Parts: sequence; structure tokens; C-alpha cells
Amino acid sequence: MIGLTATELLARLQSGQCTSVELTEAFLQQIDRYDGHVRAFLRVDRQAALQQARAIDRKRQAGQPLGKLAGLPVAVKDVLATQDDLTTCASRMLANFRAPYDAAVVAQLKAADAVLLGRTNMDEFAMGGSTENSAFHPTRNPWDLQRIPGGSSGGSAACVAASMVPLAVGSDTGGSIRQPAGLCGITGLKPTYGRVSRFGLVAFASSLDQVGPLAQTAEDAALLLEVLAGHDPRDATSLNRPVPPYHALVRQPLQGLRLGLVREHFAEGLDAQVEAAVREAIRVYESLGATVKWVSLPHSKYAVATYYIIAPCEASSNLARYDGAHYGYRTDQAAMLAELSAEQKELKKAGSPALDDLDSPLVRLYRRTRAAGFGPEVKRRIMLGTYALSAGYYDAYYLKALKVRRLIREDFDRAFEQVDLIAGPVAPAPAFKLGEKIDDPLSMYLFDLYTVSTNLAGIGGISIPCGFSSGGLPIGLQLQAPPLEEERLLRGACMFQQATDWHTRRPGLLAAVP
Amino acid sequence: MAISRAEVEKVSLLARLLLSPEELDRITVQMGQVLDYMQLLGEVDTSRVEPMAHAVPVCDVLREDAVRPSLTPQQAMANAPSSDGECYLVPAVLGF
Repeated sequence: MIGLTATELLARLQSGQCTSVELTEAFLQQIDRYDGHVRAFLRVDRQAALQQARAIDRKRQAGQPLGKLAGLPVAVKDVLATQDDLTTCASRMLANFRAPYDAAVVAQLKAADAVLLGRTNMDEFAMGGSTENSAFHPTRNPWDLQRIPGGSSGGSAACVAASMVPLAVGSDTGGSIRQPAGLCGITGLKPTYGRVSRFGLVAFASSLDQVGPLAQTAEDAALLLEVLAGHDPRDATSLNRPVPPYHALVRQPLQGLRLGLVREHFAEGLDAQVEAAVREAIRVYESLGATVKWVSLPHSKYAVATYYIIAPCEASSNLARYDGAHYGYRTDQAAMLAELSAEQKELKKAGSPALDDLDSPLVRLYRRTRAAGFGPEVKRRIMLGTYALSAGYYDAYYLKALKVRRLIREDFDRAFEQVDLIAGPVAPAPAFKLGEKIDDPLSMYLFDLYTVSTNLAGIGGISIPCGFSSGGLPIGLQLQAPPLEEERLLRGACMFQQATDWHTRRPGLLAAVP
Repeated sequence: MAISRAEVEKVSLLARLLLSPEELDRITVQMGQVLDYMQLLGEVDTSRVEPMAHAVPVCDVLREDAVRPSLTPQQAMANAPSSDGECYLVPAVLGF
């Protein structure tokens, strides 16, 4: 059963060729075998998963109506609230946090009779592109354990790539589904902003965050998106539009497809092997009848600067809620008070005017709590956002970025007057080594140059495997579509996968580990 | 446009973070590099551009003003680091 797609497994479940318990046990065995190396999961919910599987098998035997994912194991990024269960965001701040309710998409997965197999690792609060920023442990790329799986949904991408689960859910604020999907050789889709409810998604940058599927194939991503998408009155930004039957439609190729290539994507900074793989993918589309047209997104060179103002600003505001008072980690109060009174004594003795500026106990509680609860990247972004929003800098940074954001969106609107989909690289290079960029935030941020504009524009994007580097690392192709054209994205991705077999390749790890 | 260590320290108070001297040194350099890069936006003429806060504008999202089930106080406070069952407990807000 391992190695089959979710769509194939669903057919086997439906025809009685296997049970959900058998399937769940098979994937749990895969996890036992490989996750000690990959470490994609933060927690595997073995007993609960088998219990769900048994319940779904019983429902099936009794001939009761079943949900769209009935019996299929799904892994969920640890950024989505699950009632009475841990939801940590891979942060010390939330290490013991139990959510009082289910995120909308978690409730939808349960209603679709999915088996929730476990919770996947991520960059802390979804900030990062390598999953090295997890407070608990890094995740490794199943194609090369010395390399990062991408991020922030690195755990979700790695567990699908290593065949430890057929489907996974991630979130994407600036590329966090598409980039790890690309670096791990799987398929990942970021839907249009508002397509999927954000209710219960722990907020990072609220105007950019979106939940989406990771899977082996576009067909499987369509299956999962159909369950995730839909209107939710609890999320005021959720779009009240019908959800097309993506899974039934996905195998229909796009007739007369006009594919756009962006001049600015093929400029300096793009790895030669990535460029070659992307250009070869374009030739495949041409052989399938697509016409290719060059378009320009003149403001794309400003996307990273714009994104790394807007996202940290929203993050600094959203993460103000972690105060050590309402929920989450709190510093040792007695030690904090002792520290403060020692400082007070010292300043008094010296007759220092700094005494007037000494933190109050509550302020020091906040500061000590947040200093210990957050990791370096989260602190960096909170600092950047707080600075950019502070008096005197707001117009120069935040307001300016919001204006450039509109220009970026207008570029896309103009391009989509001429083409149906835009195709290009998802990341400028294959996966880098653990530790390689950890002390150089700017170079880490620049790695996001092809993905962030999708979020700034609020449109949808998908990453699909389109080749390998000479070192055997996966290379991803990104397709972008106008708002609410997920069906077009999925059909465009699926027609490529019907003509190629990159998406069927599995990492050598699976053979190397006994 | 570099940022000074003193400015970074001030921002750390605004952000309710307490940074060690080493962290302050490191973040001062890293923020300086990132902010330098942001200067790129200065070359874009935005004099006639309206800011865009949301990508897909959704207007007048209203709901019925009706009583609905919500979390109980116990549920809402279940994760509190310190509470008396009704209120969150925190150290002195002013002075000592």
C-alpha cells in the first residue's frame, strides 16, 4: 500500500481491498522506520489514530454514509488548533498549550472521516523557510538528511515525501507550503486568500496566512483541498463562493492553455540547474498544446522587501498576545521579582536616574516570558515589525509597503489579461544544508523571492516536481493563477503529471534504511 | 541606513522583549542589514497609489446579533499560568 497515491488508497478502501486500520498500521510502521531519521513529526497519535480508523471501518461495514477522506491518514501542521490536544507551533511559548476548540479545517477533516495521524514540525510560529527554527528539533530532507526540507511546513512536506503519510495539511504565509513541497519533491498548493478558513489557525501575518494541502500528486491535492475549502462565518475574510468538485475535475487537461513566463524570474540569482529544469517543464507544456508568452511583473524585485515589512508588522501585532498571563509559557515569577529588586537596589545605591525607567513587575514579567518563550527568528521578526510600526517610521515602512503591495497585485492582474497561468521556479536553488543560512537572515529571506508575491497578491499557487539537480535533489515548478482559480491550477498541474513521472520518484532513504 | 544599538534597545522595550547584550549586538547588525535592503522600496513612485491592506476585499461582513454558545470561563482559563478560577493573576502593574 505504501507508495500508492491517496486517490488509489481511497479506491482500495472503498472497494474493500484494505481497511483503514490496515492502512493506518502500515503508515505507522513507515513512521517507526524512517521518522527517527527525518523527524517530520512532533507527535504521532498512534492510539487515537487507530481508534479513529476502527470507527471508520465499522461505519463502512454498517453501510453508513462516509466522508470524502474516509479512512485515509492525514498529518496536520502543529499550527492548527485541535480541541483538548496540544497545539505548539513548535514554540516553547505554547509547549503545553491545549486548544479549547478545533480549527475549522481540523473539524472539516474529522467530518470527512480522515484519520489524524499526528502533528508535523515547522518553523516556530511558521516563521522561516527551513524548519530549523523549530524549538524542539529540526526536520531533515528525506532526499538528503544533511539538508533542510524547506519550511515553514517542512514537517508536512517531509512526511509525505518519505511516504509516512499520504496527505498533509500546511499553512503558507510567504511560500511555506510551496517551497518545502518543491524542495522535497512533492505537490503543495497555497489557495487564494479566503478560500480556506483561518479560524483556529494560529495567526502569524493575518492578511497573508492561508491553509492548504500537501500531497504526492495534484490529484491528491485536489482531493484534500475539496475538504479544506469553503466559507466559514467565523473567519470574516473567508470567501462565500461555491467549492468546485476539484477531485472530479482535476484529470481534465486545460485546452488552449496560455502559459506565462515572467522575464524577471529568469534573472540573476537563479541556479542554472533549476532554470534548466523549469525550461524543460515549459517545453513539456508546449508539447501538450500550451502556448507560451513572456510577461512582465515589473514590481517583482520589490516583493521580498515588501513582504519582510508587512509580515513582521502583522506578526509583531499578532504575537503581542503571548504575555505570560492568559495562556502559554510564563517565566519563574519569584526569580523575576528577585532580579528586579536587585536591579532596583543597585540603581538606588548608585543614585542613577535610570531608576525611573526600571520595568514595573508586570512589564518585566512580559519581557522575561517572551525572551525565554520565543526563539531567535521570532524575536527578530517581532523586533523588525515593532520598529517598522513605531512612531516616525510607520509611513516610511509599513504604509510604503502596503502601497507597493497594490502595485505587485496590479502587475499580476495585467499579466492575467494575457495568460491563464504563470509558470516559473518555486525556489532559486535546491535544498541547502542545515546551518548554512541560520546566521544570515537576509540571505534566508531572499530565498523566498519567487513565492512571497503570491501571498502579497492574495492569489493561488501550486508547486509540483519538475526534475532533479545533479546531486539528486528535487526541483519544483510553481504555477500561479488568478484569484479563486484553484481548479485551473490543479488541472494545469495534473496535465503535467500525466505527461511526466517526476512526482512518482521517491527518496533513496526508503531503500537505504532497513 | 543602519540602526543604533540604543534604538534596538528601545524597540525591545516596545516589543516587550528582554534581550541579552549579545542578542542586542547581533540583532543590531542583522536589523541593520535587513533595513538597508528595505531602502530598495524608496525607488518606487507610490505618490498616487492607495495602500492595499487586504488582497481580496470583503466588505460589510455582518452577522445576526444573537446569543450563541461560547467557551465557559473554565475552558477559557484552562491554559492560564496563574488564575484564581475567575481572574488571571499577574504581578503588580505599577511600582512594586
